[in-house]
Amino acid sequence: MESTGKTTVDTGAAAEAPRHATSWQIFCRNKMALVGLAFILFWVVIALLAPYIAPYNPLELNFGDKLVPPGTNGHWLGTDQYGRDILSRIMYGARISIWCGVISVGISLVIGTTLGGIAGYYGGGVSMVIMRIMDALSAFPSLLLAIVISTIIGGGMVSAMIAVGVVSIPDYARLMFSQTASIRSRPYIEAGVAVGLKNSQLIYRHILPNCMSQLLVKATLGLGSAILTLSSLSFLGMGVQPPTPEWGNMISEARSYIISGEWWMATFPGVAIVTSILGFNLVGDGVRDILDPRNRSSLN
Amino acid sequence: MPDMPVKEKTAGTENQLLTVDHLKTYFTSRKGLFGRDTSVVRAVDDVSFTVSRCETLGIVGESGCGKSTMGRSVLRLIEPTEGSVVFDGVDVRGLSPEEMRKFRKRMQIVFQDPLSSLDPRYTIERTLAEPLRQHTNMSKAEIHDRVLELMDRVGLQAFHAAKYPHEFSGGQRQRIGIARAISLEPDFIVCDEPVSALDVSIQSQVLNLLRELQHQMNLSYLFISHDLSVVKYISDRVAVMYLGHIVEMAESKELFAHKLHPYTQALTSAIPIPDPLQKKDRIVLEGNVPNPANPPAGCPFHERCKQCMAVCQEQMPAMREAAPGHYVSCHLYDTH
Repeated sequence: MESTGKTTVDTGAAAEAPRHATSWQIFCRNKMALVGLAFILFWVVIALLAPYIAPYNPLELNFGDKLVPPGTNGHWLGTDQYGRDILSRIMYGARISIWCGVISVGISLVIGTTLGGIAGYYGGGVSMVIMRIMDALSAFPSLLLAIVISTIIGGGMVSAMIAVGVVSIPDYARLMFSQTASIRSRPYIEAGVAVGLKNSQLIYRHILPNCMSQLLVKATLGLGSAILTLSSLSFLGMGVQPPTPEWGNMISEARSYIISGEWWMATFPGVAIVTSILGFNLVGDGVRDILDPRNRSSLN
Repeated sequence: MPDMPVKEKTAGTENQLLTVDHLKTYFTSRKGLFGRDTSVVRAVDDVSFTVSRCETLGIVGESGCGKSTMGRSVLRLIEPTEGSVVFDGVDVRGLSPEEMRKFRKRMQIVFQDPLSSLDPRYTIERTLAEPLRQHTNMSKAEIHDRVLELMDRVGLQAFHAAKYPHEFSGGQRQRIGIARAISLEPDFIVCDEPVSALDVSIQSQVLNLLRELQHQMNLSYLFISHDLSVVKYISDRVAVMYLGHIVEMAESKELFAHKLHPYTQALTSAIPIPDPLQKKDRIVLEGNVPNPANPPAGCPFHERCKQCMAVCQEQMPAMREAAPGHYVSCHLYDTH
């Protein structure tokens, strides 16, 4: 035991400043995430530019051109039973679907994370009360609960967003609860107590950042399902009211025309829903990679 | 150990940094509907000791005997149930949560598992800067300089600052843990099995680092370990724990030369001797450590003790001074 304590015998890396992979580099390693990002960017651009690039007014009725197949008279994706241009309606629908999805995920993320975090950190009776309420909420089928909530609040777009947001609060609360409860018992939290951090500092500096990857993945995945649930609500007539163009709404109106051969009315909004949800799911995977510090190894 | 500083052998009260008196930490677990069946685990049961300035008190015992719980109870990382902890004249248990947070800079801890005691999302610089941000008014530049100085002190290089914990070896991670513990220049550090997770070759480096820092910074250690040779190497005094009790406590040399308690004798007979020709009288204990939720009556060790007497099964032996500075809790040394 003659070696002095100061000598670094166990050098783990080359003697130069480490260059960590940037978030973007890590994201780019996941090719599917790039595809997903392309889908999302595509829909975001469409949504932003809809008033400028849409060939027709989405609400304009044109009974002369009703139910024309794709490619007829400048209607690239055809028209519906009132002669409204499907392409223009999908473009305007992107605005509503993406915006509503973001808002409702925001509602469930903020409320769910707060409740789950409190329950997980303090445990005991507090967690009993919060988590049992969450259990009760998630005991209902989510679409049914969303219908009930939006009916109570009074229908329309805003109540649909709130309904979809409230319905998925338990998902985020559960995730945050289990994450917080497991991180709370890790030694680095005890180390934080030992250096004199307050509860709030422990939560914001150590627990929340370590839950972030799971929460963000959950949120991006949730965006997809929020858009889907909103579409379902609109399909059932609870959400966005006609004639406002919304993807779920459009499929709802198209359902009686599928059998009679006007396939384009339902197909194209369906493709829009599928690609946007897929985009969010793929990006969710990429975000998870970024947030895993093990992917931050030095590039050499 | 020729370079050890001359320590005050006379344990005057003015030299005592930490006085732990009748410390008890019980855990209550509730089972059954509405928690009606409660069982109490006496993890630390009536433990008293003192630690002087610049002294290392080693705590040995097998796993589950309450060593770590005791170390954490002293720091109030686990709230003790009863007893007093007086640190440099301050009643630690009487401090409010806010006062306790501020007081923590004087008493620190080094953890057993260096990787899990570091936040995986924090670079080393951020981990080491955190206590400084919390307790000092230093500017960002001052904190940066201080972090580099700390890293140098524990044998890490400046380029390590921007790295994450998973990029280090076990020994380096423990150096980071030590750097964090000394960052606020504490008087006292609980070392909770700081080398148990490390390779033997790295263990000695870390132990020497701890000693070096002790000399430089006048630190006192409560050094918890199940490894007797490690404790023997680093400790000035050693306390042997069994089932939440201290059964024997003495100066390190005295303890290993004159083992009084049958449990200490059994423990020390397990130390490997690096001489294949030397005969070893290994005392093999039978049975297991009793369940701390249901400890035996009388002496906690009597069920496994070869020298068990009738009195051992009924009466808990008191701590007595069998030789100057050598305390033992065993009926074999009762003076009648």
